Amino acid sequence: MSAGIEFRHVCFAAPDGRLLLDDISLALEKGSTTAILGRSGSGKTTLLRTVNRLIDPTSGEVHLQGENVRDLELIRLRRSIGYVIQEAGLFPHFTVERNVGIVLEAEGITSQQRLQRSHELLSAVGLEPATFAHRFPHQLSGGQRQRVSVARALAADPEVLLMDEPFGALDPLTRAEMHDMLRNLLASLSKTVLLVTHDLDEALFLARSIVLISEGKLMVHLPAAEFMRSGEPEVAAYIRAYHRGEDRSTLIASRQEGKR
Amino acid sequence: MNSSFLARYGGQIATLTLEHLWLTAAAMLFASAIAVPAAIWLTRSPRWARPVIALANILQTIPSLAMFGFLLPLPWLGDRAARIAILALTAYALLPILRNTYAGIRGIDRSVFEVAHALGLTPSQRLFKVELPLAASFIFAGLRTATVTCIGIATIAAAVGAGGLGELIFRGVASVDNRLVLAGAIPAALLALAADATLGLFERWFRVPTPEGSQQ
Repeated sequence: MSAGIEFRHVCFAAPDGRLLLDDISLALEKGSTTAILGRSGSGKTTLLRTVNRLIDPTSGEVHLQGENVRDLELIRLRRSIGYVIQEAGLFPHFTVERNVGIVLEAEGITSQQRLQRSHELLSAVGLEPATFAHRFPHQLSGGQRQRVSVARALAADPEVLLMDEPFGALDPLTRAEMHDMLRNLLASLSKTVLLVTHDLDEALFLARSIVLISEGKLMVHLPAAEFMRSGEPEVAAYIRAYHRGEDRSTLIASRQEGKR
Repeated sequence: MNSSFLARYGGQIATLTLEHLWLTAAAMLFASAIAVPAAIWLTRSPRWARPVIALANILQTIPSLAMFGFLLPLPWLGDRAARIAILALTAYALLPILRNTYAGIRGIDRSVFEVAHALGLTPSQRLFKVELPLAASFIFAGLRTATVTCIGIATIAAAVGAGGLGELIFRGVASVDNRLVLAGAIPAALLALAADATLGLFERWFRVPTPEGSQQ
């Protein structure tokens, strides 16, 4: 079986010569979600962008369902990949329904079919079409904008979904709602999803496997269930950094316990 | 201005107003046809932006009477004064349209650009569905400035015999008749105000709303 997405010895050097991606080889299982974890500047977004060719690797190859992305026609390639980013990137002059249907519009699909599909997807991401279809992005909350962005990414029913810190700018409660929505949605659709995040909980909650990148190098690629038990020092450091608040609250609780 | 004055000059004022309008409209059409595509090209090759905008800036600084004078001896152009007037007015209209179109497109949020690429919009879809609509308010602001400026400058076109409301003004000045000066100046001012209001309407219509209420 061919991998959903495969990176083969991918390197990317910035114009100033810094190596942002250093020989990354990685095969992502088709139809499942993989999270890429790493600190800011580790190269995880750069890696994601090589898939829809917003960036071309300096060397190495990226394969999508067994085909080198360089051999595919650029516009076709991009339309076959859903894309969600942190700021949502909705078109501010389009209504919600037009934003969702933009890829279909670009494809020349009739407006009636577009509207039907938009409304279907809005329902799927938990936005009532009657209420939201005619609103503009500035009339939505941050969470609602991300929902529209997810609906737009799914409009052309792509095999692959790229998500670049999609919920990074949301408050924890809204983020949790988005996690539930996305998990339910993805469970019913078998998409190959590449999720870039620095949120360990998000990765554990949504992904089947987790990749850790540090300074452009691949550290580990593990099933989510094994990630927390990994003895790798980088993984342990990441987990420690993430759970400091938790440790501290336990510490405070135990101190208060001691005072009594 | 009494009724006998209007009875005598009314027809002339109407004709000259139409002539004035025609000179300005033709110049705006030419200027837009040049400046909008040029600005779009500059957004693709930003290293040319400074020199090209500087050139348009220089055109803008030539005194209008001198500009009409320079063009007078040119072959073909000099045959018809209206041609000179339209060419000169076009030159003056270039800068505001060029600068605003360029700034309008460059000012679009980066994430919107990125998504337009990532979703697989073709270059022409990006231009017509995303860039121009998002820059439209800026472009109309440029058109508004250019039009109001040109309506003013067009009064000077009468100096080379191109007609327009300037003719009444020049005649009034020559014959020390303030009524004639006003008969040219008032319609010209009203034209400018009308153009300002109409294009301002478009400018607001295309303004892109944002949650902060600021422009883009």
